[in-house]
Amino acid sequence: MKNSTKRKNIVVVGNGMVGYKFCERMVEQGHLQNFKISVFGEELYPAYDRVQLSSFFNGLTVEDLQLSASSWYQEVGIDLYLNELVVAVDTKTRTVTSQNGRTLGYDELILATGSSAFVPPIPGIERDGVFVYRTIEDLERIEQYSKKSKSAAVIGGGLLGLEAAKATLDLGLSTHVVEFAPKLMPRQLDDKGSAVLVSKIESLGIEVHTDKQTKCIQGNGAVTGLDFMDGSKIAVDMVVVSAGIRPRDELAKAVGLAVGSRGGIVVDQNMQTSKSGIYAIGESAAFEDKIYGLVKPGFDMAQAAIDHIIGAPSGFKGADMSTKLKLLGVDVASFGDALGETNGTQSIVYENGKDGVYKRINISADGKYLVGGILVGDAQDYNMLIQRMQSKIILPNSPESLIIPNAASETSGLGVMDLPEEALICSCENISKGAITSLIKKGDAQNIEDIKFCTKAGTGCGGCMPMLSDLYHETLKSLGKEVKKNICEHFDYTRQELLHLSKVNNIKTYAELLQKHGKGHGCETCRPLVGSIMASLWNDVILKQAHVQDTNDRFLANIQRGGTYSVVPRIPGGEITPEKLIVIGKVAKKYSLYTKITGGQRIDLFGAKLNELPLIWEELIEAGFESGHAYGKSLRTVKSCVGTTWCRYGVQDAVGFAIEIENRYKGLRSPHKLKSAVSGCTRECAEAQSKDFGLIATEKGWNIFVCGNGGTKPQHAVLLASDVDSATCLQYLDRFLMFYIKTAEPLQRTAPWLNKLDGGLEYLKSVVIDDALGIAAELETQMNYQVATYHCEWKDAVENEDRRKMFRHFANSDDDDNTLEFIDVRGQKIPAPW
Amino acid sequence: MKSNWYETVKVEDIPENTGVSVKLERWQVAIFNFKSMGQVFATQNLCPHKKQMVLSRGMLGDSKGEPKVACPFHKRTFSLQSGACLTDSECTIETYPVKVEKGVVYVNL
Ligand code: SRM
Ligand SMILES: Cc1cc2nc3c(=O)[nH]c(=O)nc-3n(C[C@H](O)[C@H](O)[C@H](O)COP(=O)(O)OP(=O)(O)OC[C@H]3O[C@@H](n4cnc5c(N)ncnc54)[C@H](O)[C@@H]3O)c2cc1C
Ligand code: SF4
Ligand code: FES
Repeated sequence: MKNSTKRKNIVVVGNGMVGYKFCERMVEQGHLQNFKISVFGEELYPAYDRVQLSSFFNGLTVEDLQLSASSWYQEVGIDLYLNELVVAVDTKTRTVTSQNGRTLGYDELILATGSSAFVPPIPGIERDGVFVYRTIEDLERIEQYSKKSKSAAVIGGGLLGLEAAKATLDLGLSTHVVEFAPKLMPRQLDDKGSAVLVSKIESLGIEVHTDKQTKCIQGNGAVTGLDFMDGSKIAVDMVVVSAGIRPRDELAKAVGLAVGSRGGIVVDQNMQTSKSGIYAIGESAAFEDKIYGLVKPGFDMAQAAIDHIIGAPSGFKGADMSTKLKLLGVDVASFGDALGETNGTQSIVYENGKDGVYKRINISADGKYLVGGILVGDAQDYNMLIQRMQSKIILPNSPESLIIPNAASETSGLGVMDLPEEALICSCENISKGAITSLIKKGDAQNIEDIKFCTKAGTGCGGCMPMLSDLYHETLKSLGKEVKKNICEHFDYTRQELLHLSKVNNIKTYAELLQKHGKGHGCETCRPLVGSIMASLWNDVILKQAHVQDTNDRFLANIQRGGTYSVVPRIPGGEITPEKLIVIGKVAKKYSLYTKITGGQRIDLFGAKLNELPLIWEELIEAGFESGHAYGKSLRTVKSCVGTTWCRYGVQDAVGFAIEIENRYKGLRSPHKLKSAVSGCTRECAEAQSKDFGLIATEKGWNIFVCGNGGTKPQHAVLLASDVDSATCLQYLDRFLMFYIKTAEPLQRTAPWLNKLDGGLEYLKSVVIDDALGIAAELETQMNYQVATYHCEWKDAVENEDRRKMFRHFANSDDDDNTLEFIDVRGQKIPAPW
Repeated sequence: MKSNWYETVKVEDIPENTGVSVKLERWQVAIFNFKSMGQVFATQNLCPHKKQMVLSRGMLGDSKGEPKVACPFHKRTFSLQSGACLTDSECTIETYPVKVEKGVVYVNL
């Protein structure tokens, strides 16, 4: 019976990483309407993350490694046959047959058979205790055998060999690595890079034997040692062979498909093999006679095959083999023409034996471009270098600045304009820098809203908005256009100008400011911004102007998935009495709230309904808690370590001072949130150097660090002053914080603020310490006013009948929102997925 | 003839320049007291983006004079007049006729 709407059959042979990706993309891209997929996998388990294979020894289970649970295949309607090797393909009848005798017809056949470990024909290779390192089952066997072994040798010092060596080391075996070539990772590293790697690896207790060819594996039934061609030998109980990979092209050969000179199923750019209707992807495919032993190219191949099958061929364009890995805890990266083999290339090398760092960059014959390089011991610059190489950015006059630490000035290279055109600005929507700048250059985007509308950048999680805004302004500047950072269409002013206007004219409400200095009816950009300005200036009850507060500030809680809110009571310095802990527990239980210890040393209670918020807070306030301002652009937490209170190393009272600081600055409204920490000694357990302001105790007092940031773009804090006493410390902090509040742009954390501050840290020091602007006294007065007028916003909210009225889901009914859905996770409730 | 006008809440019960949600039979409707424009608007309470019942908690404003509300979750903004999404052309919301009589808001579903 012929039915024209019948779905075509696709059979996938191989349920490895690439075969899986093929299925996943087909599902995601909605092609299962037109195609029915059946998959054969030889292994016992559904596709798992082979790249993370070694994590199996670090406690990850088979389930953890799986790319999707078996139930996923069922849910999306894919038939999965595991533990079934496909043994025959009949291209005339278009059927495949598995070793169990199952025969399925196909319209399109996908061979994703991967590769297997290459096992050289060394005499003795068949002995007990010789393993390869490729599948979960291999690892299970290795783990089992290691229990009765004391030592192991890994044959092969390439990427995978070193991973295997790490594994045997972790299994508690004394480990040897044996490499035929004179260096480790011969395909990625040069002699010096390898030497640095060897010394690092040997310091872990692994013995490295390069330039060694194995003559035979000794033993009597089971392995007892290795003999080398040069006459030397080592005694080991176990051998892991990692001498390279061989594409699994046996099925393809049996079908009569063309294979490459070094094996692998020959494919064209659409992944078609030499017989129509049969595709090969992943490590089993040979494109331009090359096998790609990495996942990313495999994924691109899967997409190319899909695009061809659905009639929109996109073509696989080959792939870059650059790699960055952490091998045995050592950063190793190799990219482009790593060994400088192209004619005329010149290299620049940086070597630091003390720290075990080796960096090399290779430069084109004309000296203009980066063509490749090697990084060992410190691969931080990998992304930057590879972007430079791929986008052919002209090298600076002194290219050595790219690899010599601190050679580049601190701030250069950090800006958005230094990024290459294809750098992703919005990773949610996959929008590149180039896509945005071209929009601006063509004049299609008059403002940031236009960019958001046209490209969708910034409409996902919104985390890229600061970068987007920078990009917009910097691009306009580069076009020679005068740019003024007007906050939105309603005010022709910058934040700083508005702050100034409000202060000078004593304006205390949004409505008044809009009427006197703005136009229109405001929007979601200017309302909260002005709200923040008003709070910084006048510290008035914020709910008096609820309409200017973003939802979190309006309801004094963070809105979460599903529309419920979270409750975060302040726990200054992270110190809490058992009594108070019990109260939190009781409240959480009563309102069935999900509880979690936050990264900021306090407790977050999630899942409160709007109408429950005042009730919950009433109980918390009764027990002595205050708002934690987790919802506000204001001080969050001052993290502390135990310091002299308990710690044998503490040199100052870190807890006491953290509590004092948290109580001083709690409720302080600022352009963005503020975080702080106080550590009791230089071991820095409170991580003060990652905070907007942080203190580290010294024998003599405190070192003050400022403008650190975790979050999206981490940056270390810098030293503002050292060995100051507590009073001076508070004085400097008052000045620093107020200066930031007055001069930063909306939603600008302290780190980017400092990066843009003309004169940088030196200027900041001159303002805060030397009072170069003569405003120190004023800044201090303003801070004292803030401290004196502090009130707990939640106390105010629960005590004020009018404000309490806002906390209802329906204005005309006391019903709950019955659209809320929760599911149970580890014994607590969470909102159902979006 | 049966009227589809629902009596909801008093205008004064909606804090100025914000919204509330009301339950009308089994529907959730967002009503906004856009004081500075001198108008009351009603829309669906569900944000079409991630299907969240929250538009009433959004922030009011205008874009070149067109009244709009911004969803508190991801700041998609919708015209209070046409319901069109102003940040992302793909989704729209329903808007409903509103009349205010003796200080009470009526919505026509
Ligand atoms: C609860 C918590 C995660 C946890 O389970 O531990 C958390 C949860 C949220 N973080 Fe965070 N962050 C939490 C610690 C952190 C930390 C670590 C820390 O503070 O020690 C960081 C990095 C450090 C830093 O900020 O420098 C952090 C960096 C962010 C950022 C990125 C900021 C940046 O500068 O890039 C955001 C987004 C933002 O603020 O715009 C964010 C935003 C959020 C929001 C508010 C997102 C939102 O709007 O819903 C989350 C609210 C949860 C809620 O309802 O309470 N969270 N967040 C932590 C609360 C700490 C606390 O007690 O207040
Ligand atoms: C320890 C380790 C670490 C690695 N680390 C990295 C890394 O850091 N970065 C990186 O990019 N890559 C890494 N790789 C390589 C990466 O895992 C492979 O590139 C990737 O798995 C290839 O996917 P594939 O689907 O082509 O092959 P595979 O994942 O090997 O899947 C092929 C599957 O097909 C099955 N099969 C074969 N023939 C048949 C048949 N006839 N019938 C049924 N089933 C069949 C096989 O049993 C196998 O399950 C690593 C590999 C290993 C082993
Ligand atoms: S990192 Fe912070 S903002 Fe992101 S999901 Fe976790 S808690 Fe939310
Ligand atoms: S849920 Fe409304 S914008 Fe995402």
